[in-house]
Amino acid sequence: MKIVVTVKLVPDTNADKRIDPATKRLVRTGVETVLNPFDEYAIEAALQLKEKLGGDTTVTIFSMAPETGKEIVRKALAMGADDAAMLSDAGLEGSDVWGTAYAMAQALKKVGFDLIVCGTQSTDAITGELPGALAEYLGVPGLTYLRKVDVDGTTVRGERETDNGYQKVVAELPALVSVTKSINEPRYPSLKGIMGAKKKTITTLSLAELALDRPVGSDGAKTEVLDLAAAPVRGKGRMVNASDGADGARIIVEFLREKKLL
Amino acid sequence: MGAYQAPLRDMLFNIRELVDFESVVSLPGFEEAAEYLEPVLEQAAEFAADVLDPLNHSGDREGAHFDHGTVSTPKGFKAAFKQFADGGWIGLPMPTEYGGQNLPQIIATAALEMWQASNMAFSNGPLLNQGAIEAILLCGTSEQKQRFIPRLIAGEWTGTMDLTEPQAGSDLAQVRTKAVPTGDHFLLTGQKIFITYGEHDYVDNIVHLVLARTPNAPEGVKGISLFIVPKRTLNPDGSLGELNDVRCAGIEHKLGIHASPTCTMNYGEAGGAVGYLVGEENEGLKYMFIMMNAARFSVGVQGYSLADRAFQAALAYARERVQSKDVAAKEWTPVRIIEHPDVRRMLMDCKAHVEAMRSLAFYTAAQLDHAHHNPDPAAKAEAQSGVELFTPIVKAWSTEISTQLVSEALQCFGGMGYIEETGVAQYYRDVRIAQIYEGTTGIQANDLLGRKFLRDQGKTAMRVMGEMQSTLAALNAWESDELKAIGTEFAKALRALTDASQWLGAEGLRVLANSGNLKSMFAGAVPYLLLWGYTAGGWMMAKAAVIAAGKAGEPFYDAKLKTARYYAAHALPKAVAYAEEVMGGGQSTLAVSEDEFDLDRRALALV
Ligand SMILES: Cc1cc2nc3c(=O)[nH]c(=O)nc-3n(C[C@H](O)[C@H](O)[C@H](O)COP(=O)(O)OP(=O)(O)OC[C@H]3O[C@@H](n4cnc5c(N)ncnc54)[C@H](O)[C@@H]3O)c2cc1C
Ligand SMILES: Cc1cc2nc3c(=O)[nH]c(=O)nc-3n(C[C@H](O)[C@H](O)[C@H](O)COP(=O)(O)OP(=O)(O)OC[C@H]3O[C@@H](n4cnc5c(N)ncnc54)[C@H](O)[C@@H]3O)c2cc1C
Repeated sequence: MKIVVTVKLVPDTNADKRIDPATKRLVRTGVETVLNPFDEYAIEAALQLKEKLGGDTTVTIFSMAPETGKEIVRKALAMGADDAAMLSDAGLEGSDVWGTAYAMAQALKKVGFDLIVCGTQSTDAITGELPGALAEYLGVPGLTYLRKVDVDGTTVRGERETDNGYQKVVAELPALVSVTKSINEPRYPSLKGIMGAKKKTITTLSLAELALDRPVGSDGAKTEVLDLAAAPVRGKGRMVNASDGADGARIIVEFLREKKLL
Repeated sequence: MGAYQAPLRDMLFNIRELVDFESVVSLPGFEEAAEYLEPVLEQAAEFAADVLDPLNHSGDREGAHFDHGTVSTPKGFKAAFKQFADGGWIGLPMPTEYGGQNLPQIIATAALEMWQASNMAFSNGPLLNQGAIEAILLCGTSEQKQRFIPRLIAGEWTGTMDLTEPQAGSDLAQVRTKAVPTGDHFLLTGQKIFITYGEHDYVDNIVHLVLARTPNAPEGVKGISLFIVPKRTLNPDGSLGELNDVRCAGIEHKLGIHASPTCTMNYGEAGGAVGYLVGEENEGLKYMFIMMNAARFSVGVQGYSLADRAFQAALAYARERVQSKDVAAKEWTPVRIIEHPDVRRMLMDCKAHVEAMRSLAFYTAAQLDHAHHNPDPAAKAEAQSGVELFTPIVKAWSTEISTQLVSEALQCFGGMGYIEETGVAQYYRDVRIAQIYEGTTGIQANDLLGRKFLRDQGKTAMRVMGEMQSTLAALNAWESDELKAIGTEFAKALRALTDASQWLGAEGLRVLANSGNLKSMFAGAVPYLLLWGYTAGGWMMAKAAVIAAGKAGEPFYDAKLKTARYYAAHALPKAVAYAEEVMGGGQSTLAVSEDEFDLDRRALALV
């Protein structure tokens, strides 16, 4: 069975992010690029499935990113994946979710898969929409927000997190799942893994190799960022001094009522 | 305190530029090491910051606990060890045939620094484990190697080094533990003290490497043998058997490294602990010394790692803490303390010395790689002599000045430095042991002066001083005031080292002719070692300055050059002072009689 994990390369989550007011895009130069932290859970989930299924199960890492991201993809390989494929093309710049999902779908058809594992969301654009769009373009069932996943025979099942519990979901393979942070604790790459990753193949695909029937990149974007505004500065907290505890409690209750929280 | 951030850039500078990395990675077996350098260091840094560093302070507060022969390590340590072992980090420099990754010592040294800086008490376990592995590798039978090494490398078992006894610390000739042959093994009885990770809750089996005497062994150093004594005996098929007759009788309450259990180990209380002889009988101390060289080097690295960690904390604090006006400003506006010249001095002391120590350690590590792997016998021997000369210097000089540096880093915090919650106080307590174990500073200095200098008839020392002269020439070849200023101070230190060495050599000859004073020579042993340390540190900074001058304009190199300049102005003058102490101070060290030490403490009526 072939499992493909989609990983996004994002600016270091701890770094200050800046948006270029002219292009309205995230400034990526001068900031260290890292694996989208959510995708480490996806990799871990895939590796655990591989360990469980054994046999000829393989895990492939897939990323749509500039070729300069190769070394970061290697980190995903160091965790234990078998190989990787990248879709890298200057023509993809400016893709929106729609275009990203479309281009990725065409590439993934070429790469081949039985199961695709995505993270829940990226830490830069954070739309959380890509997995759904990707499943749609691939024409496969998409089970999203899974906190548990298992494959047996030709079916994938899992527990889908909801606000007040979970749903048990099941689909036939080939399929796509996205997993949440509660699914596992991602492993650290081992020394052997790091060294082994140097010898694993990372194939790169360009747009020319894909069968595209519509434009991608900024030309194909269906959405456009019109304006950007900084998040409102949080108001100052209110300090309450009360002579005795009951007094203080009353003031807090009043405050919560006022805010309609009680 | 902020998370540990490994000095990866400086490590790479040392590996790729300062030491002759090309020659290391052209040694047989290391051909691919260069490719792995960056990803391995990055991952080690992440592991140190994410897994080890967060357990450092909690481990200190909780400490290891003893209960009826068992020892529990602080919360999180056992899981961290499992991650460390599963990550394959134990095997980094170990041969591939036993499950290691066979990476060069220079890479291992960088990783070691990160482990130590982020959590010294945790990392003492792997440090001693490595000693045990190396002992078996060096002189075990092939069966012993097959049985023990793969499991020690995988972290299924751990190893210890059991040398010290109550009456045998610096002087291991006094070891009394007995080993009596019985069939294919020996039965050991005796007591070892201060055994690091002698007992713990990480894994099921602990492999003790124990020094002991067989019944007819000659007195003294020539009658000591080395034994493997596992906590659980092994069945003929290699599986774990019964508990051996080894018991932890208690752990020490210590100044620092609270999470690292320091155990009293009793052997043979119920008749005798099963032990297997390693190598030849009566050769144990020789083996132990070969291996101890590696451990001594590691403890030197431990020293500056803590200094670097404390420095990182001090720098962060100095950037935030606002106190007192700028001495040069008119208005009384308090400023961040990093703007005060004296705080700058303390921070520069830390930065410059740590960088010098790191470079000296990496330089020595590269020599170690050549000593182990160079196919050319002459090059191998030369590298080995360099390692022998520099090992006591890395061990003792680095740990002596690191203790001072951690103290300076703590000083940057003012009163908060003395408060445990701040965290830097722990580094101050932890680092202090590094001057003591694996041979005290005094013992290292005796080794340098006696074995590495006098017995070698100064040959290696002279060769190294010749290399220092070449660096000086390279420095002076630059038309640069900065480099010339460094050259002036380095030349003085080198002159001082040469003078003191010549004086010691001449005094040594006088001793042979019965006209010299051996005791007053040895009174200068530690000053001589420190003289070597400061000068060798200056040598490394001079090499760094030459490289940096060629890349002026790039921020890292500009800072390096300024740091080298600071070292030249502030650290190198100490070399001159130590040389004077060596040549002129010995007599006065010994002039006061034992009685005169405390004449002043007698009852006034008796005076
Ligand atoms: C400043 C800025 C402006 C933007 N403007 C627009 C816009 O106008 N219209 C619009 O629709 N979008 C816009 N985007 C979003 C951008 O196109 C998305 O980054 C991209 O489509 C992926 O979506 P996401 O990051 O939200 O992924 P999510 O849906 O949050 O990610 C979920 C999962 O999908 C997978 N995944 C996501 N991206 C990749 C990838 N490149 N390679 C492999 N796997 C991946 C990962 O498994 C990930 O965990 C903008 C982003 C930024 C930062
Ligand atoms: C926390 C901790 C962990 C340890 N871990 C281990 C371990 O895992 N395994 C192990 O075997 N041991 C271990 N030790 C023991 C340690 O190696 C010894 O304590 C050390 O070698 C010094 O020996 P000693 O304590 O007997 O001091 P002594 O030898 O009594 O030394 C006392 C003083 O005399 C000086 N001195 C002694 N001889 C000379 C001389 N010839 N010339 C000049 N000065 C001299 C010393 O420098 C020192 O200042 C550990 C100790 C501690 C505290």
